[in-house]
Amino acid sequence: MLKIKCPWCGERDQSEFSYGGEAHIVRPAEPDELGDEQWGDYLFFRTNTKGLHREQWVHSGGCRRWFNAVRDTVSYRFHGVYRHGEEGPGKDEPGSPS
Amino acid sequence: MSQPNRLDSGGRIDRDRPVHFTFNGARLSGFVGDTLASALLANGVHMVGRSFKYHRPRGIVGSGAEEPNAIFQLDEGAHTVPNPRATQVELYDDLVARSVNCWPTLEHDIGVVNGWFSRLLPAGFYYKTFMWPRSLWMTYERYIRKAAGLGESPMAPDPDRYERRNAHCDVLVVGAGPAGLAAALAAGRGGARVILVDEQNEFGGSLLGSGDSIDGVAAGEWVGRITAELEAMEEVTLLPRTTAFGYHDANFVTLNQRLTHHQPVRARTGCRERTWRVRAAQVVLATGAIERTMVFGNNDRPGVMLASAVSTYINRYAVLPGRQAVVFGNNDAIYRTALDLAAAGADVRAVVDSRRDAGGQWRSAAVERGVPVKAGCVVSRASGGRHVRAAEIYRLGDDGLGEAEDVIQCDLLAVSGGFSPAVHLHAQSGGRPVFDDARLCFVPGTSVQAERSAGAARAVFDLAGCLSDGAAAGAAAAREAGFDAGTVPEFDTAVVAGSPVEAMWLVPDRVAPGRGPKQFVDLQNDTSASDILLAAREGYRSIEHVKRYTALGFGTDQGKTGNINGMAILAGALGQSLADTGTTTFRPNYTPVTFGAIAARDVGPELFDPVRRTAMHDWHVENGAKFEDVGQWKRPWYYPRSGESMRDAVNRECLAVRNRAGILDASTLGKIDIKGPDAAAFLNMIYTNAWNRLGIGRCRYGLMLGEDGMVMDDGVTTRLADDHFYMTTTTGGAARVLGWMEQWLQTEWPHMKVYFTSVTDHWAVMSIAGPESRKVVERVCEGIDFSSAAFPFMSMREGRAAGVPARVFRISFSGELAYEINVPANCAQHVWDAVIRAGSDFDMMPYGTEAMHVLRAEKGFIIVGQDTDGSMTPIDLGMDWIVSTKKDFLGRRSLSRSDCVRTGRKQLVGLKSRDGVTVLPEGAQLVNEPSDATPVPMVGHVTSSYFSAALGHPIALAVVKGGLTRMGGSVHACTLDGRRIECEITSPVFYDPQGERMKQ
Repeated sequence: MLKIKCPWCGERDQSEFSYGGEAHIVRPAEPDELGDEQWGDYLFFRTNTKGLHREQWVHSGGCRRWFNAVRDTVSYRFHGVYRHGEEGPGKDEPGSPS
Repeated sequence: MSQPNRLDSGGRIDRDRPVHFTFNGARLSGFVGDTLASALLANGVHMVGRSFKYHRPRGIVGSGAEEPNAIFQLDEGAHTVPNPRATQVELYDDLVARSVNCWPTLEHDIGVVNGWFSRLLPAGFYYKTFMWPRSLWMTYERYIRKAAGLGESPMAPDPDRYERRNAHCDVLVVGAGPAGLAAALAAGRGGARVILVDEQNEFGGSLLGSGDSIDGVAAGEWVGRITAELEAMEEVTLLPRTTAFGYHDANFVTLNQRLTHHQPVRARTGCRERTWRVRAAQVVLATGAIERTMVFGNNDRPGVMLASAVSTYINRYAVLPGRQAVVFGNNDAIYRTALDLAAAGADVRAVVDSRRDAGGQWRSAAVERGVPVKAGCVVSRASGGRHVRAAEIYRLGDDGLGEAEDVIQCDLLAVSGGFSPAVHLHAQSGGRPVFDDARLCFVPGTSVQAERSAGAARAVFDLAGCLSDGAAAGAAAAREAGFDAGTVPEFDTAVVAGSPVEAMWLVPDRVAPGRGPKQFVDLQNDTSASDILLAAREGYRSIEHVKRYTALGFGTDQGKTGNINGMAILAGALGQSLADTGTTTFRPNYTPVTFGAIAARDVGPELFDPVRRTAMHDWHVENGAKFEDVGQWKRPWYYPRSGESMRDAVNRECLAVRNRAGILDASTLGKIDIKGPDAAAFLNMIYTNAWNRLGIGRCRYGLMLGEDGMVMDDGVTTRLADDHFYMTTTTGGAARVLGWMEQWLQTEWPHMKVYFTSVTDHWAVMSIAGPESRKVVERVCEGIDFSSAAFPFMSMREGRAAGVPARVFRISFSGELAYEINVPANCAQHVWDAVIRAGSDFDMMPYGTEAMHVLRAEKGFIIVGQDTDGSMTPIDLGMDWIVSTKKDFLGRRSLSRSDCVRTGRKQLVGLKSRDGVTVLPEGAQLVNEPSDATPVPMVGHVTSSYFSAALGHPIALAVVKGGLTRMGGSVHACTLDGRRIECEITSPVFYDPQGERMKQ
């Protein structure tokens, strides 16, 4: 079982957290201007990264705050966590917010 | 003394405390300090079971976790334990054990015929034979299970209590043999917080069964000395009878502590087992090594035992398993065991060493003792039926067997095929064991987590080496955890120069494998060398596939004694190295763990899945309510009067609401308090309709979609103030909706100023519905003008109900004039009583969820999750009236996706059975024309179906492809008993289609 560092509460057991999928999927500001395919991309398609992955977690059994994490999907190792609006570690790495 | 194999002196048993037990109906005795296995051997019981497939007689082989054969059904009734290893069962008074795998009895077993036909039962036999015809598999399976099953699970509820405990430590040491004790001592002296676990009842591991001395005292005494020092350290926790069974991510190790297993069943109190969930900064794995068997013909005969086990039985338990012994192996362990046997008075007739020129001090000592040594020889076959009778010894030739050397009569054949480090936990931690060609075993590879192995667990097999390796590992672990370990402890013990092990994975036979007697690799699964060779011939290459094809390494022992031999035999057949063949995956659990220990206190309705009850629950019970589970809630379903059927009761409750008044406990609705300047803007995004212009004190129904456009939840939300809303959700959806809103707020719209608070439990809700409901609530409430002009439909007023501050909502889920009184839950029973009293003049009746369902279905009101299934859009539900076209909201864009606008989607409609009497089964599939050729295309299904007392006929809601365009047409509902019921497609609103009654 992993240990996850909540940016507000500190390091806690994985069982206190819930996974929220890939991070930095921004909801389109003008959905009506998107074609079905573009909207479908936003809705359904994710990167399924092997390696460093930016993803959302929520401290559901704790402060209930959402945050982002960079995690290696091969080793499960967390490379860092960051709050929404922050850049997070390795901003030049793949998947980092542009 | 009735224990013929018990030695007169020695051992760690307490001869003053005899213990009586029953095995297969026979009363036997042993001593405190015995295991069930040592006591059986003391009593001369070797044959303890039948094998899994061929039902061959089997005896005790090992002395610990590796035991493949001696697995029993322990004790009876609710306390019965299936498949414990007798070698790990501490003996207690009135223990009852019986053999598994034999029927009707151990001595006369009917499955033994499988052995006569064993040529017909090759590897993969079940796969090959019983997969055709497939339809008969279920029949075959029942008999195969009966014939081959191991122990039986208890049928009664578990009477015992189990616990779970979390712990953190600096250094977790697994195994308290010489290396583990030294490691714990080094880390403990350095001040680290240490947890030391060992699966046995006392610490010491191999030292408990050895004649070594350390620091000038006997090994057993040294163990006591070290244990006492550790015990005195404040930061050290000692856990005997505890197995580290799983090594997970982030140095999370799970331990199973057995607290009462060693006590007589009647004397057990308190917690039976405790699961420790340990987070360790550093882990030292001092798990020792497991002796391998030798693979030769009839190597499964009772009386063939592992050499180290024989030594353990002699030294630790004062049991001599045989009088005339042959010892056979490929490493020095055979000489140690020969010496132990000789010292215990056995006649050691030969030590058969497959190595041609092994030297070393162990051999010299044995020769000195006068033990005959046959070097460069092997035991190619054992003979005997229910017990080993003789060993057939051959000289090894250059390629296979040489000349016959001797046939030696014996009643004990001790074997040693070398030692395999117990790398299980290392492998579970993510490490990959690597094959060590010199020491002929897999050793731990590179550490992936903060762990290190020490002693025999990394193939350091001599005592002096184990002690110094353990101490160094403990000190290093403490250092890495941030402690100054100081001087690493040193221990003084004799260094014995040994002779290295040589490979002998499959002993050659006069004939090819499969032609002669079976050469077992995996005793528990009856996997023989010829099975593995057959798998290789049939094209299997991966060890993981061979495992599954031959069952090598399956079962309760997971192949602890023979797996490596099996891999080596496969490697040989494929002409590749053992390193290339690799191992199968080492998965948790190291030894079986009972489900109780995993569940711990998470059992039953209170602790595993909590029951939620409303504030008026006791009243419902007192008034005879039948309850229905809705999520975790207990909700009154209906209130039958004496002699009344469910249908009668529901009809009566429905008619009360339609004609007079009824009261429903609606407290379970999810309630979320929403506050902040952006509250309305937020609701605009969450709901499909618009919220900006909702007046204060007004209520509005809202529909919530997922971003995929599908209906997710619904409910009525009320504006309490400009920046303050009170949302209700479905009973089951409350937590999901709160989480959904929080996610959007925090991740997408963090600029919005709005807060959500769950108030589901804070407010109790009583819904009073029916034409007389106004008169009822007027009598109870103060400070509210209930005239329709002053308090219109879909609005809220604040006042007092029975003196309690209340919010009263004029909303309706029944289609009748209705009011929902919300009061603080702690005052709810008082208010409920007042409403019941006020309602008695109008013959108001309590009604339950079933009547509520009927009433809402008569009105065509959906229940999300019953009439919808995650694939329904508001358009499908005919609810386009609630979908704003003027603003964005979650899911909006999806409503115009091509799949959402295509024709032929399933749409919500009403159904009336044409015969006017049949209530359709919910879930029934709908077809257009039942006489069509099969498969008849299915066009929808029934989602809700009831008898409507108000209308006098059955009604149903259903989803039908293109249903909204088929009003008045027919579909046929198909029932499980084969009926086809013709139905008319109607509007889903059956009652008061203009909606006038609720607005009166």
